[in-house]
Amino acid sequence: MNMMSEAAVEKALDQKMNTVPFKMIGKDVSVYYGEKRALFDVNLNVRENTVTALIGPSGCGKSTFLRTLNRMNDTIDSCRVTGKITLDDGDIYDPSIDVVELRARVGMVFQKPNPFPKSIYENVTYGPKIHGLARTKAELDQVVESSLQKAGLWNEVKDRLHESGTGLSGGQQQRLCIARAVAVSPEVILMDEPCSALDPIATAKVEELIHELRTNYTIVIVTHSMQQAARVSQRTAMFHLGNLVEENDTDKMFTNPDDQRTQDYIMGRFG
Amino acid sequence: MTDMTSSVQSTFVRPAQARRDIGIKKRYAAERRFKAYGLTAILIGLFFLFVLLWTVVSKGYTAFQQTAITLPIEFSEKIIDPKNERGANPTKLMTANYPLLVRDALVKALGIDPANKPLVKQATDMVSASARTQLRDLVVANPAIIGTTATVSLLAEGNIDSANKGQIDLTVAEANRKVKDQQIEWMKTLSETGAMAKQFNTGLFTYGASSRPEAAGIGVAALGSLYMMLIVLVLALPIGVAASIYLEEFAPKNRLTDLIEVNINNLAAVPSIVYGLLGLSIFINFAGMPRSAAVVGGLVLTLMTLPTIIIATRAALKAVPPSIRSAALGLGASKMQTIFHHVLPLAMPGVLTGTIIGLAHALGETAPLLLIGMVAFVVDYPGSPMDPSTALPVQIYMWANEAERAFVERTSGAIMILLVFLVVMNLGAILLRRRFERRW
Repeated sequence: MNMMSEAAVEKALDQKMNTVPFKMIGKDVSVYYGEKRALFDVNLNVRENTVTALIGPSGCGKSTFLRTLNRMNDTIDSCRVTGKITLDDGDIYDPSIDVVELRARVGMVFQKPNPFPKSIYENVTYGPKIHGLARTKAELDQVVESSLQKAGLWNEVKDRLHESGTGLSGGQQQRLCIARAVAVSPEVILMDEPCSALDPIATAKVEELIHELRTNYTIVIVTHSMQQAARVSQRTAMFHLGNLVEENDTDKMFTNPDDQRTQDYIMGRFG
Repeated sequence: MTDMTSSVQSTFVRPAQARRDIGIKKRYAAERRFKAYGLTAILIGLFFLFVLLWTVVSKGYTAFQQTAITLPIEFSEKIIDPKNERGANPTKLMTANYPLLVRDALVKALGIDPANKPLVKQATDMVSASARTQLRDLVVANPAIIGTTATVSLLAEGNIDSANKGQIDLTVAEANRKVKDQQIEWMKTLSETGAMAKQFNTGLFTYGASSRPEAAGIGVAALGSLYMMLIVLVLALPIGVAASIYLEEFAPKNRLTDLIEVNINNLAAVPSIVYGLLGLSIFINFAGMPRSAAVVGGLVLTLMTLPTIIIATRAALKAVPPSIRSAALGLGASKMQTIFHHVLPLAMPGVLTGTIIGLAHALGETAPLLLIGMVAFVVDYPGSPMDPSTALPVQIYMWANEAERAFVERTSGAIMILLVFLVVMNLGAILLRRRFERRW
């Protein structure tokens, strides 16, 4: 895992973000759904141990871009991706790259909490099991505890690990999904509107969690909430009609954006 | 701002008479009418179901009882083995004149003059001809019984059984009746002494085909049906599930797969007798498999059940929410792992329900079996699926063609047994669905 020391992260926070190295680089990324083009030559880089927020009106391509980062678009038959995306200098669309391995390195959390209808324990251990990260009962127990702790769920569920994951509340389910993603020790975690189905209290908890996860993971988050983008991210990218409008430090983006469209969107004039 | 609110209010507080008539009363009346139609439909359905069950049960419940005549039989050595050859030639015991034992016992019990041949004939007619095999089996199993007297419960002949159950109209002239006045006299005496009594008819469940109703049962047919169900389960479930998974999860969506889908749906509606013709020409004529064997029946029923299972399985797979697939794929599971670890277990209730309903359908199927020669008079239990056998519904069909009153009740009795099997299978489907059902 590519971990930065606590001090380096703090320093990075203090300094301007553009000194942080890139974790993933997207170069001229275009996505087509059949004949329809959904993304137009997007050049967007994701910085290491940083939360990058993707904002923009519905249908602007931000989720599409997110899903190109772990090749979830592969599951759609008509979808075609051009351009180049690298993870630590390796092209993730290279034919020699195994998509299973890629998704172990680039985890994903979805819009609607989608725990498996199995026990909490099985939910967390599923990833480590299929990737062979943990085999013995002791190892699995260890993974479950550390993952749930990272997701801030351990104290709430430690006495009912063998109850169904679908029996949890919405916010707990979403944190379980985050724990499940964390359990395979990814380097990047993609989040597709992770709080859109949650109430404000659960949202606050997830946001706090994202903030903590940043020390160990690179996070890309799609959100419809400007406030959320401002709260959790250090970098923000604004999409509009399949184009990347602007990518900047979050502070600058929300105070003094370079592009007029960003200004308009943030002010609520369109979208 | 104040202007705006006041104008909004004025549109809301419109005078009631300005409202258009939207026919609320009519709408409620239509709803009530529709509910009444639905209720009527259900009541009609229940009525016919009740009539069906009533007809079958009222005709068939007597089949579960059988009249037996219990007599002290003297296993006289003079009759069974007059020359004492059984040590040297055991087949002597197989060919001995056992009916004579029955005759002697009856003559003694009813106090008839043995010289009065017509009267003796009437008396022996009261006992089923199956008494011969019954006594023979007793003697062969235990030759030491020879020379002793044992009380044996013999099956009453079919018409006597019917008369004892009150199913024969005694007001008809004696000449036109199967049961004679003298026999009725004797039945009364035997009943009074307790020699003639009704017992639970275990034979109905264990015997094979027989032209004598009292010795006919569904045992052999049930074993044939069991063989076929096992073949259908073993073949149709894996083939059907594999085909559905491929079509639903892996196959590209194009013209060819559309065509396949349409054809599967059509096959589910093809009359079952067509599958019988197919089985006849492929399995029997082309592949040279034995006629009237359970293996051919099982294969034909497998072909017939496959579309049902495929359709049910595909529907169940489709019903699994895509979020579960995304979750597994997002964790780095391969497509196959996603399907076998998550999608298929969630689809299992639907798959099992479809399979059991398909099996139940196959269990009750008669037409295709007629074409592959399973309408056979099979007396002995088939030792393997390759042996000639018959099936439950075919046995019912064959009994329904018989004229004797005792076969009429057996037909209904066998229908009841078949219905019980079907109900049990459907209950099994419901229980499995409950057991596997999970929320997501």
